Amino acid sequence: MQTTLVDLLTSAGLPDPLAHVIRALVPCVLIIHLVAVGALVFIWLERKVSGRIQDRLGPTRVGGRFGWLQTLADGIKLIAKEDITPGEADAMLFRIAPYVSFAASFAAWLAMPFAVGWSGLDMNVAVFFVLAVLGLEVFGVILAGYASGSKWSLFGAMREAAQVVSYEVPLGLCVVIPVFICGTMNLTTIGEMQRGFATNWLIFHDPFTFCVFWVYITCGVASVNRAPFDLAEAESELVAGFHTEYSGLRWSFFFMAEYGSMLLVSALAVILFLGAWHGPIPIFSIGLGWTDAGGILGYLASLAGCANLILKSSLGVIVMIWVRWTLPRLRIDQVMTTCLKYCVPLASFCFLGALAWQAWIPNVTPASLPAPFGIDRAAIRESWVTRAGGPHATVSDAQLTPQTASPVPTTLATQSVPDRNIPVAGSTAPIGREETP
Amino acid sequence: MTELNLYETLQAKFGDQIAGANLEAIGDSWIEVTAAGLVEVCHFLKHDPNWQFNLLNCITVVDYFEPDPKKAAKAGWEPHLEVVYHLSSTEQKHEDGTRFGVVLKVMTPRWKDDQEGQLPEVPSVASVWRTADWHERETFDLSGVIFTGHPDLRRILCPEDWEGHPLRKDYEMPLEYHGIRGR
Amino acid sequence: MAASVADQRVIEFDVRTDEMLVNMGPQHPSTHGVLRLVLRTDGEVVSEVEPHLGYLHRCAEKIGENLTPRQWVPYTDRMDYLAGMNMNLGWALCVEKLLDHNLSDKAKHLRVIIAEMGRIASHLVGMGAYGLDLGTFSPFLYAFREREKILDLFEEACGARLTYSYLTPGGATADLPEGWLDKCSAFLDQFEPVIQEYHALLTTNSIFIKRTANIGVMDAEMVTDYGCTGPVLRGSGVDHDLRRDGEEIYTEMYENYAFEVVVQKDGHYPRDHTYPPVPKEAVLGDCWHRFYVRMLEVVQAIDLVRQAIERYRSADGDWGIPIKLTQKLPKGEVYLETEAPRGQMGFYLVSDGNSIPRRVRARSSCFCNLSVTSDVCRGALLADVPAIVGSLDVVMGEIDR
Repeated sequence: MQTTLVDLLTSAGLPDPLAHVIRALVPCVLIIHLVAVGALVFIWLERKVSGRIQDRLGPTRVGGRFGWLQTLADGIKLIAKEDITPGEADAMLFRIAPYVSFAASFAAWLAMPFAVGWSGLDMNVAVFFVLAVLGLEVFGVILAGYASGSKWSLFGAMREAAQVVSYEVPLGLCVVIPVFICGTMNLTTIGEMQRGFATNWLIFHDPFTFCVFWVYITCGVASVNRAPFDLAEAESELVAGFHTEYSGLRWSFFFMAEYGSMLLVSALAVILFLGAWHGPIPIFSIGLGWTDAGGILGYLASLAGCANLILKSSLGVIVMIWVRWTLPRLRIDQVMTTCLKYCVPLASFCFLGALAWQAWIPNVTPASLPAPFGIDRAAIRESWVTRAGGPHATVSDAQLTPQTASPVPTTLATQSVPDRNIPVAGSTAPIGREETP
Repeated sequence: MTELNLYETLQAKFGDQIAGANLEAIGDSWIEVTAAGLVEVCHFLKHDPNWQFNLLNCITVVDYFEPDPKKAAKAGWEPHLEVVYHLSSTEQKHEDGTRFGVVLKVMTPRWKDDQEGQLPEVPSVASVWRTADWHERETFDLSGVIFTGHPDLRRILCPEDWEGHPLRKDYEMPLEYHGIRGR
Repeated sequence: MAASVADQRVIEFDVRTDEMLVNMGPQHPSTHGVLRLVLRTDGEVVSEVEPHLGYLHRCAEKIGENLTPRQWVPYTDRMDYLAGMNMNLGWALCVEKLLDHNLSDKAKHLRVIIAEMGRIASHLVGMGAYGLDLGTFSPFLYAFREREKILDLFEEACGARLTYSYLTPGGATADLPEGWLDKCSAFLDQFEPVIQEYHALLTTNSIFIKRTANIGVMDAEMVTDYGCTGPVLRGSGVDHDLRRDGEEIYTEMYENYAFEVVVQKDGHYPRDHTYPPVPKEAVLGDCWHRFYVRMLEVVQAIDLVRQAIERYRSADGDWGIPIKLTQKLPKGEVYLETEAPRGQMGFYLVSDGNSIPRRVRARSSCFCNLSVTSDVCRGALLADVPAIVGSLDVVMGEIDR
């Protein structure tokens, strides 16, 4: 068994509750940095990418040749700016709103796994949690719009409310498809099920998942208010929409929330469809075998997986940036049309299609190729559900290797690899378990 | 179809309403219409299939007034305002294919009943061309002519509480406007 | 238990929504300067639009009554500041018409080159800014990239990049510098393929078509009634272009030039065959058509400049020496309209026989074009208001004068 942070702290003499609080704070701090630094990087990236798209250079001076520190300089400027609350505004709500938005974007990250066992909160309903909390972000926006006491802000807020509520439906439908293919809502399991070559990724599972991936991307862009669906802030119509009256730090919280959710939505896409922390060629799991090696090597493999996930998610963000600087904005009725007349039916169709595919031709998929190009998902899932090795037991790579291409779940259940730390669905393991390397 | 033709047609049709014309002027020739007959003449010019002046290009007021009494004595005209309408047609053209236009003028005293401060009145042609709406508002704003029958005659370029009509020759810039120094 | 619904008004009162007055501008990103629109909205639907003008008003006409015509040239620059050359040209021709001044062929061809380059520069801004109104930023910068090159050429010719005062009554302030024509041709060769980029990003973009097609539709009768001119008029299918139909002093500049007025005839534009076809959603007189007319006029202007360069090279005479600063004007009055990029820009000059005119009047094309706003925006969605106002391509400097 791996020693956990809590064990380490209690053995150092700290009382148990305090140890758990510290244990909870560590992922929080890490994730808040991910969101904040992510925003910093992506704002810089957005400026550079948009600059290049538009025949400009973007920032070139602050912090060296590429303007690395431009966002930091902006951040300092934003902190130094006067914090203005308009006289007409509902002062308390106005002040709270940015934090609500940011907190939602941040809290959703807690359930996101970055590699096996690397998540703030390893939940068996992570998919559900992430979607639900992401939907909370809209409250911040509505509050901001309502509390600003400005008509433009109110317009922005109403648009946001209408838009996000509508797009939750197709987004949910899209997300359900990987969930039922994998038979779990645990993001770690879904990620782990796409192990091996890129052929195992759920996007290539069947034509319907391929199709629904694009629907998901569309809905994801819409649900985080990026162009061409950025109606809540539509600067050519609504001045700046819901954040018209904001300035300084509060405004930057909205910005951080926006970039945080952009990254979140694309990370979710990566986990659900694009192989999560697995690269297209399984160098670490099959090539080097580090993933299951445990110890420092296993840690390195997880680190590479985490980098892999963030890289793929960043590519998703770059696509969003690219789209934003290319396309004009849709009108509100067209946004709703896109959702209700195209996205929902398409997602529903794909849902039914994928369902039928699962029922009748589950083996005609790239995943049913001989290993390591294909894997037996059912076997993996079974091993997770029926395993008797306790909360820390997990799937072994053995079943993925050609020698044991058709493993028997009951025998696997006894195999337990110590460097994995994934609670079983419905287990009573303490939430937020984190490994210490 | 020439200006002469048009003048004769108008004279035949409207008689006294056509007050005169200057067909040999340097630059553009023009036809003078009385204020009373203006709307009728304009309506005819716009809708008559031979002319079809469907485009009202411009409404201008020219202020014939000379503040300097010495110069005024030599000016050769009594102080008055001329409301000038430039019309043209997108349908009809001269034989050589060039633009077909006409200039109508309405002469009016500088002040109504010769009482300074009483703005003169000219009937509005906003019912004939909708573009006259804004042009007349501008003319009222800058030159101080009231267009009777205009749907919504208020200032358009100057602020609503501005005093005076800047394009009048005797206009004096206010010394102060809401705390802003004028001169 | 159940409420009585005998009186329908009860229900109507219950579900009634309040209207809201919203002030759009004068500091608003998409009102092209300092236009102020007061919108009465019911949710996203705009029921009434009331434009308020005058934030840039400086009474240029009054200034003109105190200056000689040549001294007033810089004030014309500042009217449509995106097409200063065309404003200069309109005023210069108006004064020349009063003076009965004849230009050499060379001077006329020079003016065609400059005026059409000005038209390209102006339409580029119109196109880019329209992209901004619809929420896409990049075409704006692509447009400015090319416009910069035109401004460089203008700078070389007259020393200024925005307020040129280059074409003056009598001709131009200077001849084109050595090698300018080659640079100009090189620019045109480089620029022509770039237009396809704009078509890809805007004209044929399906979101762009969704946002503009069948929005702000004005029929031919309505546009002429409102005195709209230029691309707005031609976008509604009225075959009227002063370069062909204008007064003689203006049309003789374009004599023997081969060009077709950009207007849809029998469902086709003159250059439809080489440029993207009209989408089936578009209705004659909508925002898309106004935009398309501008795009095709850019192509037309390229063609005209090429022809003018050829003619200028072989033409006789001088480039046109400006009239004296205090030239006495004959007693009389002239009105002349020219086809500026945004419509028919008219100048009216009344002279007593002094060197300073009695009355100067500038008839602004944008002023008339803008006057349709309240009519055409009624019942539109909030997001359509910038789309419609943007498609009229107004410049407040010209409207407020």
